Amino acid sequence: MALTTNSILICAGGGCISAGEESVKQAFERKLKEYGLDSVVSVVETGCMGACSLGPLAVVYPDGVYYQKLTPKAAEKIVEEHILKGRIVPQYLFEGSKDKLTVEEKAAPSEIPFFARQVKIALRNVGVVDPLNIEEYIARDGYFALNKALTKMTPEDVIKEIKDSGLRGRGGAGFPTAIKWDIARKQKSDVKYMICNADEGDPGAFMDRSVLEGDPHSIVEAMTIAGYAIGAQKGFVYVRAEYPLAIERLGKAIETAHEYGFLGENIMGSNFSFDIEIRIGAGAFVCGEETALMQSVEGKRGQPKVKPPFPAEKGLWGKPSVINNVETLAMVAPIILRGASWFRQYGTEKSPGTKVFALAGKIKNTGLVEVPMGITLRELLYEIGGGHPQGKQIKAVQTGGPSGGVIPAEYFDTPVDYESLAKLGAIMGSGGMIVLDEDDCMVDVAKFFLGFTVEESCGKCTPCREGTKVMHDLLEKITSGEGAMEDIDKLEQLAQIVRDSSLCGLGQTAPNPVLSTLKYYRHEYEAHVKDSMCLSKKCKAFISYVIAPDKCTGCTACARVCPSSAIYGEVRKVHEIDQDACIRCGSCIEVCRFGAISKVTPAVENVVSK
Amino acid sequence: MAVCERHEELYEELDSYIDQVKDKPGILIGVLHKAQEIFGWLPQEVQEHVAEKLNLPVSEVYGVVTFYNHFSTKPKGKNEIKVCLGTACYVKGADRVMDRMLEELGVQLEEVTPDGLFSVHAVRCLGACSMAPVVLVGEKDFYGKVTPDMVTKIISAYKRGGSHE
Repeated sequence: MALTTNSILICAGGGCISAGEESVKQAFERKLKEYGLDSVVSVVETGCMGACSLGPLAVVYPDGVYYQKLTPKAAEKIVEEHILKGRIVPQYLFEGSKDKLTVEEKAAPSEIPFFARQVKIALRNVGVVDPLNIEEYIARDGYFALNKALTKMTPEDVIKEIKDSGLRGRGGAGFPTAIKWDIARKQKSDVKYMICNADEGDPGAFMDRSVLEGDPHSIVEAMTIAGYAIGAQKGFVYVRAEYPLAIERLGKAIETAHEYGFLGENIMGSNFSFDIEIRIGAGAFVCGEETALMQSVEGKRGQPKVKPPFPAEKGLWGKPSVINNVETLAMVAPIILRGASWFRQYGTEKSPGTKVFALAGKIKNTGLVEVPMGITLRELLYEIGGGHPQGKQIKAVQTGGPSGGVIPAEYFDTPVDYESLAKLGAIMGSGGMIVLDEDDCMVDVAKFFLGFTVEESCGKCTPCREGTKVMHDLLEKITSGEGAMEDIDKLEQLAQIVRDSSLCGLGQTAPNPVLSTLKYYRHEYEAHVKDSMCLSKKCKAFISYVIAPDKCTGCTACARVCPSSAIYGEVRKVHEIDQDACIRCGSCIEVCRFGAISKVTPAVENVVSK
Repeated sequence: MAVCERHEELYEELDSYIDQVKDKPGILIGVLHKAQEIFGWLPQEVQEHVAEKLNLPVSEVYGVVTFYNHFSTKPKGKNEIKVCLGTACYVKGADRVMDRMLEELGVQLEEVTPDGLFSVHAVRCLGACSMAPVVLVGEKDFYGKVTPDMVTKIISAYKRGGSHE
């Protein structure tokens, strides 16, 4: 490796790429070349650094200074000032909070609230190392845990350490990892499989992607350790096709691990041999369910099977198989290396360790955060997340995606762990957290998720295939103004039936968005049906756009933008909206500079005569 | 139906890939990925060809193709416009962006415009939730914080670069 004086780490996570990371990187490289610095300053693309709302992000080492919201111009300035002259460029420094920090404080992540509360175990290397460089991974204790397991521990010791750590599956249900490993270990079979579930299908969750893209070796190492523990010779990583960069980087990591003797025959001189193959999914949410996933690895339609037998007894091609999710596996090497009690210092008794959450929706600091379990939602959403971007009231948070539920603001002091969230009718899920405010209609949110499960139901069992469809129809009826009070009861009853009688996790959890919104926001359902009102002014059937005569200046901006020509009025005279022609697209509100247009519920009668 | 012209060299490319991997168990999905990469979509002929090469019933291949969202049995526009309808994008108004997109192009979801330039697809999460709502054109061109008003401008950029002018 060439000796460098500085390294510029640029975040190449999904958020930063969509914010223009590529052009910033090119600007850095161009400017460095111009000054002949390209041989002594390295520019490295890392995995997601977490603070996605501030992207594109970069960190300049050795000083460790964080820069945010970069543009090609900003990159050039940083090269000229920071790299050449050693002067920090204050206008692009990280603004993690509104508090006034000094230049020195702002620069260091330990002083920024967004980072200060985090404990990074699964994400320990993400955003810190060059994901394609195995030596950087090794320099941060990479493959030491594998070495310890192979040379100093029996497979039973490995399982015991994981058991003592209390590690539970981070993909959703929270099943104890060591129990799966132990059952598989005890099966008598010449062939066993270790599978990594990287079919991250929850909309709004992207922690697995960021581990695969930002630290692929951590998964190679963990799968090899797990393979040793259960006695498997072969591993599969099932990655969704939507993550091409993750597939590419993981493939490269597997190749390099082979070259270094960390995969293949007689790993590190031991008797243990193990290899990993990548299988690419093809866009089916149900394939996150373990039996469906195995069908898909076998090249079939991804339809789930009845359990038992459990995969650990009879899994892939009928052989004992363990399936762990990416984030779970990312915890394995540190636990083996530093011990169960080290891991247990974080989190709670029943939910030890840390969990990665993806914050999105109506929150200031969107992005990825890893925090100890047991942190309260309030701390997570306000201290780390920074609260609502416009300072509005946060109404609720939706956790666990289409399988989860909503948690209203009254419960924000609840600690985040598997049991507490389940008690509220939500789930931990994979860790996606969508923040909702007063503009979000709970009936509409429930309908959105049901629409998702209707499409993703594999169709094998009737309660899920037909039940979710009928539930969706009922929600459609309610949100379009056709609903009756008995529809609400019918919906609730049906939700319980689908939950109790579906074959797999998809159907069993699909009613959660309905049940939890009914539990906390039944009055919103009732307002739709009884009063023809959508309290959040979201459902088009119950709203009208109106122009306030005292504020309208007759600038015609709204009339020009209206796609259905529903706005009438002469220049400099008050405009009016033809409610029959209005399609309620909301474009007029966006262009009105005088705040003259607003939404009202219930809908108003048409007064415009053509 | 629109029959895909039988391009010999495309089939050759597919066959050489199949020969490399056909001994791996359960490789059908991998082969279909490759086929779609080569042909752009999976017309009936290609499905039949894959079935024959892998010694599988056509019904099984068809069953797999239609099960997974990623595989398409219809051709796509030259510019594939993907509107993210993930939760974060939805709560920030992606449904309105989608409505406008379809209206502007005068097509239904997944229908190709008469000039062959565009087709609009709904996707479930592009993992760029901080930029919600997100639109992706092709594989690389990301548009973040999209409002319905930006739709015309986004589309026009590709009309100019299109082959039909």
